[in-house]
Amino acid sequence: MDALAHLLAALLLAPLLPGIINRVKARLSGRVGRPLFQTYFDLARLVQKGVVESETSSWMLPLGPVVSLATAAIALTLLPGPAGPSPAAFTGDFILAAYCLGLGRLALILAALDSGSSFEGMGASREAAFSALAEPVLFLCLLALAADAPDISLSGMLGRGLTGSLAPERLFVPVILFILLLTENCRIPVDDPNTHLELTMIHEVMVLDHSGPDMAAIVYGSSLKLWFFAAATVLSVLPVRAMPPVAGWAVFLAGLAVVAIAVGLVESSMARLRLIRVPRLLGAAGTLAALSLVLTVWR
Amino acid sequence: MDMTQTLMVALVCVNLAYLAVTRLRSLTRITAVQGILLAAAPLAVLGQDPHGHATTLALGVLAIKGIGFPWLLARTLSRLEVNPVVEPYLGFNVSLLAGVAGLLFSLWLETRLPFPPGLFPPLLFPAALTSIFSGLALVVARRKALTQVIGYLAAENGIFLLGVPLSAQGSVWLELSVLLDVFVAVFVMGIALHHINKTFESIDVGRFCSLRD
Repeated sequence: MDALAHLLAALLLAPLLPGIINRVKARLSGRVGRPLFQTYFDLARLVQKGVVESETSSWMLPLGPVVSLATAAIALTLLPGPAGPSPAAFTGDFILAAYCLGLGRLALILAALDSGSSFEGMGASREAAFSALAEPVLFLCLLALAADAPDISLSGMLGRGLTGSLAPERLFVPVILFILLLTENCRIPVDDPNTHLELTMIHEVMVLDHSGPDMAAIVYGSSLKLWFFAAATVLSVLPVRAMPPVAGWAVFLAGLAVVAIAVGLVESSMARLRLIRVPRLLGAAGTLAALSLVLTVWR
Repeated sequence: MDMTQTLMVALVCVNLAYLAVTRLRSLTRITAVQGILLAAAPLAVLGQDPHGHATTLALGVLAIKGIGFPWLLARTLSRLEVNPVVEPYLGFNVSLLAGVAGLLFSLWLETRLPFPPGLFPPLLFPAALTSIFSGLALVVARRKALTQVIGYLAAENGIFLLGVPLSAQGSVWLELSVLLDVFVAVFVMGIALHHINKTFESIDVGRFCSLRD
């Protein structure tokens, strides 16, 4: 039951994270903001609507959202909870999790190309470029976590907190995961989730042609992905698995809220980076990951 | 958390930051950060300090490397009124990769060199060597003369860091006199920068190629 509890919590609470981020952004700019549960309302509304599809598109267009949602859910299944390991954990499962997220992205990119819109093609190209840069960073970061883990799976690597003698290089891991969270979930400074100018959009422009339940799958899938990265960030810092289950859960959920607030703070205080400078941000994150890996292995 | 270890990891990060920043102003700030971290190094590395040597050295370093140099550099920068962007010969991401390669090389080199056991605390040698490498990279891979002064400083900081564990044997005065020499060198370089800027209307070292008899 403990093992499934995290998956259930993620499936139920994931849409709350964008709500918290939006609330923080609104408060910091002096507005009341949308309700915390707005994403749930959006999902309910979208599910009830019909789907409109372009005549030029093929079966790929409706397949993209479904695959992206399914892969995000699979990746979440592999993530350990605050009270116990994942029910599906196995050695090397982090590779499956990373490529599940990659597969979901590929499906969305193909769906965007399938729509035939030049704007969507442009967004797809940018998404592919940035995620190609983010992937090696994620793997370097996971390798740094795996270097001294008792078990080379997400369940063995995460949830132990900043282990050992609290080596300073381990402090980089949550920072890198946070940068990856911002990149992979299309947040400022990499992408602006609220922009309405197609020329500057990345992720949002890719999904312009989706509507109704398809759009709901995309919105829900991206919430799950946000939960995945936020939970990984929290689990890499806090030793929640060493605590009693109730305390572990409380600390874990509080940690997730803190990550969401941090995303809101970053979005309120920073401007978006020029597209050309995003690789530099990811390069810096990659260097930190390499540094963390080298120093962990060297010890 | 071990104080020396944290300090050394922070110094390695600062060395990589030298290669990553794109603004001259940020470079001068990084110089200040490195100076302050270096000032903490004698206190952390030498530990017990009955004669007050480590404290003297730390104060000297803080005054000259943590406050003096960054102030001089920032003052030079504001007087020169140059384009505030670091212009690289070698791209920023490639420089960063080179920095990581330098770190790997120095970690490997540490295992190959016959040091007396216990002379260097863990990570000090790689941190010092990467500082020297970053300094050299700033000298050869950036266009502006000011980055070359900063590169010289970074390299000198690396050499100073190598000297810290040795200064326990009373060579603290030697270190301080070297510090004074470096101070004069940076002072003279500041004046030279003004002359370069006046002659070439830029501090881009690429323009030296246009010199004729």
